[in-house]
Amino acid sequence: MSDSQRANGSDPSSASNAEPLLPILGQSGSTRRTMMKGAGLTLGLAAFGKAISPLTAIPENVSVAEFLQQHYKELSSDDKKTILARLEAEAKENYGAEVSISDHRPIPGVKFGYAINLSKCNGNGKCVEACHTENNHDRTTQESYIRVLEMDKGSMDLETANTTYTHTVPQDDKFYMPVQCQQCDNPPCVTVCPVEATWKEEDGIVVVDYNWCIGCRYCEAACPYHARRFNWEAPTVPTDDINPNQSYLSNRIRPQGVVEKCHYCLHRTREGRLPACLEACPTGARVFGDLNDPESEIVWILKNKRVFVLKEDLGTQPSFFYFFDS
Amino acid sequence: MSSVTLPKSSDTARIAAPQVRNYPRFLLWLLGVATDGGVWFYTWMFVLTAIFLVGANAWAIQVAEGMIVTHMTDHVSWGLYIANFTFAVGVAAGGVMMVIPAYLYHNKKMHDVVIVGELLAIAAIVMCLMFVTADLGRPDRFWHMIPGLGRFNFPLSMLTWDVVVLNGYLLINLHICGYMLYMRYLGQRPNPRWYVPFVMVSVFWAISIHTVTAFLYCGLGGRPFWNSALLAPRFLASAFVSGPAFIIVTLLILKRMLGERISDEPIRLLVNIVRVTMVVNLIMIVSEVFTEFYTGGSHTASARYLFIGLHGHYGLVPWIWTAMVANVAAAVLFLSPLVFRRTSVLVVACGLAFLAAWIEKGMGLIVPGFVPSTLHEIVEYQPSLLEWKVTASVWAFGLMVYTIGLKAAIGVIAQSPQLPDEGPTHD
Repeated sequence: MSDSQRANGSDPSSASNAEPLLPILGQSGSTRRTMMKGAGLTLGLAAFGKAISPLTAIPENVSVAEFLQQHYKELSSDDKKTILARLEAEAKENYGAEVSISDHRPIPGVKFGYAINLSKCNGNGKCVEACHTENNHDRTTQESYIRVLEMDKGSMDLETANTTYTHTVPQDDKFYMPVQCQQCDNPPCVTVCPVEATWKEEDGIVVVDYNWCIGCRYCEAACPYHARRFNWEAPTVPTDDINPNQSYLSNRIRPQGVVEKCHYCLHRTREGRLPACLEACPTGARVFGDLNDPESEIVWILKNKRVFVLKEDLGTQPSFFYFFDS
Repeated sequence: MSSVTLPKSSDTARIAAPQVRNYPRFLLWLLGVATDGGVWFYTWMFVLTAIFLVGANAWAIQVAEGMIVTHMTDHVSWGLYIANFTFAVGVAAGGVMMVIPAYLYHNKKMHDVVIVGELLAIAAIVMCLMFVTADLGRPDRFWHMIPGLGRFNFPLSMLTWDVVVLNGYLLINLHICGYMLYMRYLGQRPNPRWYVPFVMVSVFWAISIHTVTAFLYCGLGGRPFWNSALLAPRFLASAFVSGPAFIIVTLLILKRMLGERISDEPIRLLVNIVRVTMVVNLIMIVSEVFTEFYTGGSHTASARYLFIGLHGHYGLVPWIWTAMVANVAAAVLFLSPLVFRRTSVLVVACGLAFLAAWIEKGMGLIVPGFVPSTLHEIVEYQPSLLEWKVTASVWAFGLMVYTIGLKAAIGVIAQSPQLPDEGPTHD
């Protein structure tokens, strides 16, 4: 410690008497040191400004309206109208596509369920492709909400499964099990979200507000079914490939840095249509319907088939079922 | 007299006005003292600043271009940032191993240097907050987490608990350090009302920050590697190794710089603490490893991946065996009488213990949770250069905060070395 400091610091009252404007700079007693500190500070701040200059890209990508946007559940219908118009304009500007973004709400009294007949599924992967195009997934990563596991016959051990097979299907010693979001009734991903950016709707669909998610990816760690995907960069979709029929909580083009997941194609199913993966399936393995409707095919299957759910021991209570024909 | 150091408290009104205005001025004075130094100090700070700037630039690129510039994937969705975050929480909690002897057992010598542990806690918590921010895909939406402004999913999400306990711990330690230094500066005996309750709370709070951080992981049923009741105790045991190890090295450096004013007794006590916590930590590792490997089955695939490799993937095997060897070597060194005789042995022992905990509570804990994935796919992870830059930058910033804090404390203590009215705590 230098003498000048000690002399200056030994009497606390002297500091308040002198009342230097910026005591950091003024107290050492040596003008040379003061100047050096000032120069160092200026240089440091300038270097810091230069270092973080890539951040100037943010105002181009994030408008003030988007920055200030409230949580989905707090939006009035007027707010929603403005936001949907803004999102449509952004799709036009960033992707060159004329899209229509709606806000589909659950049909009262309906609870959706999905079942897959593992005796019929032959692993052709049409559902994976259909999900990819329907939901405006990033083309560079070939992203999809569905993974098809190729499993050894005689075993339900996921550890021996293969998701990256490229040979012809079906193989004689294998069976095939597509996995996507199980729309759990007790979803661990919803519990862990620190900002309530994901929640379960009345019809059982777990949704994400892509404009509220902060991108911490805790939900990705919590999900036992590998159902969630993160937008590691802004998705690239060619203008002509964009599906223009979009919804706020489902297949609109997602922003960079947020989490997304299967939403049972709510922009279709809440209009009474079927999910894209089901329509694309050539084997008829997929059954989708209303669990509250006693006449629906899905309820008939739950009653008459031996049905199981994935990882039942975790207590997640999926609304997604698997069964075999015999 | 009552405290003058709590401008945020409702008691502010009762406190004499001029002194309230003086506390901020004291802090500015402190910052001035803390930024004065010799050639070595400026070189040290210059190097840290340079590293920090490189990482700040890397982070800005990550925010602008997206987290694609990291090597994280949907399979391994947390990596080096969260690994370092977890470890830094442990370092912050480790400082409590000075607070307990100093305040609960009234160890006078420890009381003299306890601020070293409290300042380490402050620096480590600052690092934790920076690591979490670096890991966010949308840091611009940070306000969504602020209670009142956004939607804070408390008490359901363990991450919100972590936000509460980490920020709380930061505030408690800032208050304790600031108050004690200010009283020393004024030459007054600190009023126990204004620090003893906070110190007591900080002891439990220190335990809570690492427990809650463990709960982040061990509450996830879908990740069997983390889903162990032993995780929180293991976190604490390793925290009480890495924290004291870092403090011992700090005290040795201070002793070298300041001479006899730093007594040997706190170092001895910390070594004795590490001798116990180190062994407890090893017992728990053995217990966990035994359970995983003796049971077998697909629930133990992550442990197999970590220790011996899985289906031809060995990414973490060199990491974890480095940690294991360092752990055992550090334990042997700490338990031998040599640590008290030769400073170099003690420094090596501390370095090894710190390194081992950094791997074991960092990459060795976070990454195997994701490998294999929940659908048993194996996607490996090694951090990208950019992730290393950001991580180094946060460490550099933490060390800057720590250095400034220590300089400030030394500055205050140097300008008022005698405290006659502190009586029993000063010999």
